[in-house]
Amino acid sequence: MRLRYIFLAFSLWVGYAYAVEPDEILADPALEARARVISKDLRCLVCQNESIDESNASLARDLRLLVRERLVMGESNEEVLDFVVTRYGEFALLRPQTKGSNVILWVAGPVMLLLALLIAFAYIRGRQAQVNSAASNALSVVEKERLDKILEQTNLE
Amino acid sequence: MISELGHFALTLAFFVACIQCVVPLIGAMTGRAALMGLAAPAASAHFFLILGSFLALMHAFVTSDFTVRLVALNSHSLKPMIYKISGVWGNHEGSMLLWVLILALFGACAGWFGNNLTLSFRARVLAVQGAISVAFLAFILFTSNPFLRLMVPPFDGQDLNPLLQDPGLAFHPPFLYLGYVGLSMAFSFAVAALLEGRVDAAWARWVRPWTLAAWIFLTIGIALGSWWAYYELGWGGFWFWDPVENASFMPWLLAAALLHSAIVVEKRESLKSWTILLAILAFGFSLIGTFIVRSGVLTSVHAFANDPERGVFILIILAIFIGGALTLFAARASAMQARGAFSMVSRETALVLNNILLAVSALVVFVGTIWPLLAEMMFDRKLSVGPPFFNLAFTPFMIALGIAMPIGAMIPWKRGAVMRPVKRLLPIFVLALAAAGLIWAMQSGKSLQGPIGLFLGAWMVGGAITDLVSRLGKERDYSRLLRLPRSDWGKSVAHSGLGVTMFAVAGLMVWQQEDIRIVAPGETWSVGAYTLTLQDVSNVNGPNYRAVRGDVALEHKGRFITTLHPEKRFYPIANMPTTEAAIDYRFLRDVYLVLGDQQENGAWTLRTYIKPLTNWIWAGAFLMALGGGLSLTDRRFRVAAGARRKAPVATVNTPAE
Repeated sequence: MRLRYIFLAFSLWVGYAYAVEPDEILADPALEARARVISKDLRCLVCQNESIDESNASLARDLRLLVRERLVMGESNEEVLDFVVTRYGEFALLRPQTKGSNVILWVAGPVMLLLALLIAFAYIRGRQAQVNSAASNALSVVEKERLDKILEQTNLE
Repeated sequence: MISELGHFALTLAFFVACIQCVVPLIGAMTGRAALMGLAAPAASAHFFLILGSFLALMHAFVTSDFTVRLVALNSHSLKPMIYKISGVWGNHEGSMLLWVLILALFGACAGWFGNNLTLSFRARVLAVQGAISVAFLAFILFTSNPFLRLMVPPFDGQDLNPLLQDPGLAFHPPFLYLGYVGLSMAFSFAVAALLEGRVDAAWARWVRPWTLAAWIFLTIGIALGSWWAYYELGWGGFWFWDPVENASFMPWLLAAALLHSAIVVEKRESLKSWTILLAILAFGFSLIGTFIVRSGVLTSVHAFANDPERGVFILIILAIFIGGALTLFAARASAMQARGAFSMVSRETALVLNNILLAVSALVVFVGTIWPLLAEMMFDRKLSVGPPFFNLAFTPFMIALGIAMPIGAMIPWKRGAVMRPVKRLLPIFVLALAAAGLIWAMQSGKSLQGPIGLFLGAWMVGGAITDLVSRLGKERDYSRLLRLPRSDWGKSVAHSGLGVTMFAVAGLMVWQQEDIRIVAPGETWSVGAYTLTLQDVSNVNGPNYRAVRGDVALEHKGRFITTLHPEKRFYPIANMPTTEAAIDYRFLRDVYLVLGDQQENGAWTLRTYIKPLTNWIWAGAFLMALGGGLSLTDRRFRVAAGARRKAPVATVNTPAE
């Protein structure tokens, strides 16, 4: 039975090919271009992991038409996205919001990079210190005297 | 009967793996050579038993033995032979069997060719390898037995998912597994080194080829998968930032970092504990990948075998191995003393930067992949993280990597001046900048993506060539090119490959043209400089499918190029439709044509895409794999056997080079 489900999932996914239908396209190319941009940021809610721009599920089509409808009404891109979020929740957004706990997601990369750079800097400084000490590797006068003493002692023993 | 033998062999392999895991380890701890010597023969036996089991399963598929449940569910008597064979790993159980087969193969190889390792070290490596095998064989035997019989066998099978009946996909999983599992060798070497308490240049010299091989296989596997997605899924996307794709991409990034840091260990005896950590993490992420694919905790288009019970089992394996290895690392890492000193401006520093960029970008992908899960568990938010996030968060790392790479690749070891390579690279820099400026001036939309992509591509390829040429000395003796070490060639070829891929991805995303329209048979339309005519639409029958096929003539400025045949297929046994896009592949661009639904008036929906530079994406990946291959056949790996004996003494004060 589970296999049936998997096949179902696959066949929904295969739907890709039919994405945006000719009858949906707006007459105004500028508006249509904006609709395409918005569509790429909206998730097809019944699909596995695709935007409404790629999906042929009927819900995706409804959403595409909805987006175009709101655009024709004169709304801005943000207003359209907000409208979809109030209706379907933030699950519909493929580009997660930067509000609340999502801040962690967005700053994770830069913070990790900064941390890594700091650690690496400290590490390389340590290595560099070794270069400098290695440069003065020749024995100092005091060291030479000590070494001679030790050698003498061992010879005596 | 043969299936029962296969099952029996698998069970036997489980016990042999137990022996391989326990006995040599005891031997290594108590210093008994006889017990340690058992490791290699056990690894061989273990491999041949699993091979026998795998062949038994393949026999069941090839002869269409529908009394075996797995065959009945995934095969069909009418299926072409190649897909009967690839059907063995086109399902959860069979693919796990292939997974352990490759694992055992790598272990056996370490046994066969590992004569130059010390006895105790080899015993430890094989014991760790055996332990991984024990875990996964138990997983197969207890949760995913491929040899289950059916009480009432059906007359015919349910067929393999038609999307998977494709040459590109037949070989995509084996390559990926070779990559994933190849990283287990790096892991085993890392754990063995921790147990042994010693890491030196010889260790790195052993780990690097394994990592390199794993990385090459991963590169090929990922490229095949993305190519398949491009021509099969019907709208020409090549990367979706899907959890399962990310699952293969994270180990790839970490393996790339690992094979660079292993160079530092090999040549300069620095970055030892970091390299060990990377080796553990790289395999850890390939286990996480296995978990993501098979547990179904993350929604993905690759609905493979969504079974929570299996997920939990893999999670336990993951926790034991990675948790155990990290604990061992925490306890022992301080014993790994770095020797080589280097200054702030040096090849070592450049490779550290490379590692930072690759590892952090892998972590960014990881955070993005699991964030929906975390947000739901911790903050009760149901949300999605899709391609827009990854494009934004991941791309800067690759741009930084691309900018730094040519310079870093030319800075000398130990102590260098950044200005020398910069001076050498100045002409390339100016050239790349000029090309980017030209494109920016020419293109209409004034998007920065195209120029940046072109700049990076030209900069990286040009930089790689400059690097090679700089090896020729002052008199520019070009005959020396062929005598350069193969690892130098490998480096330049692989680095150019990355440049080519980056350029292609940017170019495709910016300059792609799309056209969606309804066309009646006989009608002509044009997209960009191309004119297309829908000549006919007819019904065709394949071996196990029915199809509607369009004949479309493609012309470029009045000159006939070819006739394209986009298809819509239906597979009655699997009850599934698929689309077969028709693609005219050319050097600089693809014309990509998809047949859609028939309209009420008898006309058809047709999608036409002009996709510039697409082939360059995979050409770049091929160059990366080729470069890896060249590096793998470098002399120092072929003669490493002799070097090994002297290594422990020689490396006390003087690094290998």
